[in-house]
Amino acid sequence: MSEPMFDPSLKKRKKKQVQFTVDPLGADADPTAPAPETIEPTTTDGTAVDLGPTTAHELMKQNGDTEAAPKTEEADDIKAMFGDLKKKKKKKEIPMDFGDDSGTSTPIPAGTSTPDGGEAVEDLDFSDLKKKKKSKKKANFDMEAFEKELTSGGAAADADDDVEPTPAVDLDDDADLGDDPFAQPSAGEVLASVSSGNEAWLGSDRDYTYPELLGRFYESLHLANPSLLSTSGGKRYTIAPPSIHREGTKKSVFTNVADICKKMHRQPEHVIAFLFSELGTNGSVDGAGQLVIKGRFQQKQIENVLRRYIVEYVTCKTCKSPDTLLTKENRIFFMACESCGSRRSVNAIKSGFVAQVGKRSKNKTG
Amino acid sequence: MSVQNLNSFDPFADEGDPLADNQDVGSQADYIHIRIQQRNGRKTLTTLQGLPKQYDAKKLLKAFKKEFACNGTLVDDEKMGPVIQLQGDQRSKISTFLIEHEVDKSTIKVHGF
Repeated sequence: MSEPMFDPSLKKRKKKQVQFTVDPLGADADPTAPAPETIEPTTTDGTAVDLGPTTAHELMKQNGDTEAAPKTEEADDIKAMFGDLKKKKKKKEIPMDFGDDSGTSTPIPAGTSTPDGGEAVEDLDFSDLKKKKKSKKKANFDMEAFEKELTSGGAAADADDDVEPTPAVDLDDDADLGDDPFAQPSAGEVLASVSSGNEAWLGSDRDYTYPELLGRFYESLHLANPSLLSTSGGKRYTIAPPSIHREGTKKSVFTNVADICKKMHRQPEHVIAFLFSELGTNGSVDGAGQLVIKGRFQQKQIENVLRRYIVEYVTCKTCKSPDTLLTKENRIFFMACESCGSRRSVNAIKSGFVAQVGKRSKNKTG
Repeated sequence: MSVQNLNSFDPFADEGDPLADNQDVGSQADYIHIRIQQRNGRKTLTTLQGLPKQYDAKKLLKAFKKEFACNGTLVDDEKMGPVIQLQGDQRSKISTFLIEHEVDKSTIKVHGF
């Protein structure tokens, strides 16, 4: 009882790292350090949840400062040819980079030997992981775009067409509802290569590809209406962090439940039910509207649960907008999105098996 | 030979509310739930619920106990079915163990903080 708070992550940090790799507040974060101001749009299990829309606009914005990234990725690809060990390593690495290094980058001058390497990899292992294939495709694609720019309608353009596997944005099936951080950036990289006036397809006979046209569209939109860009990029879904205090040794008080519920446009009862079922405890709401939870919980832990709540019950699965309404019809909750109009049913909150904890004599039924 | 239109069964009859007597509407019955519960002090308890029928819970428990070096028990709940209880926070260990042994990752749900 000497330690100040219940915190399994303190001692078992190593183990947690597997699970919370991408969580900015997770294992990497120093538990003594103050929590960040906002809840970040990532879930604990590593999927990126774009609370604010990531549009091609934003991608264009980011393009400027990430020049060098694809080079390393290519190098990785070539390395990956040679050994399983490295391949494995890469698999682990991939989910962690959230498109901030590789995906959004502009095509760069690649070494003359690299195109062969990239192709060879692609030919070698078709049976490989999907994630990996994607990145290969990307690397390949970077070089093509670059070559196109260099020659701008030379003889190389024809050759490129053969290599090009699918120039369109690779929306693949394993990305569940757009949680895949890789899907969007691949559209973005083409955007940068195409600037108005010297489109790659002008010089050659080939047809323009969808991403190129998309890039052109955003280019002209950006030029005509810079205001559109700023609004979509600046708005992010932020929520004040939960404030958790200890009451005695066995209870925690969650003081700003009401505020958070208001911000999320959800009934406090619904949020509280979710909290209790996830944490496997119970509790009560006191007179001042504070939630008293049985057990010792830290702000970090509650935040994780709230983040999961937001993913499941607040953000629209189609457009990722947090602007949704939750209604109950015939015992089923439906979530209707205000911005895109989609409607879907969500899981009912159901607390599962709760083991007997504490004295049996206190429990009258058991 | 039967002509469908002459049958006494009316395929267009109103069946009523199809969800009327279904207790678990919107339930997550086909998930494997891994939960954590706090005990006194910094002790915790991990429960595994919703194990598919083709796995032998007893054998699995034995494997868990050996692998994670913890004690555990099998509880038979009337509503929830067999539930494996393990001492300590074994959530991530359980999920990696199950995934390694070819349980579909999408059917595993890890709860708790």
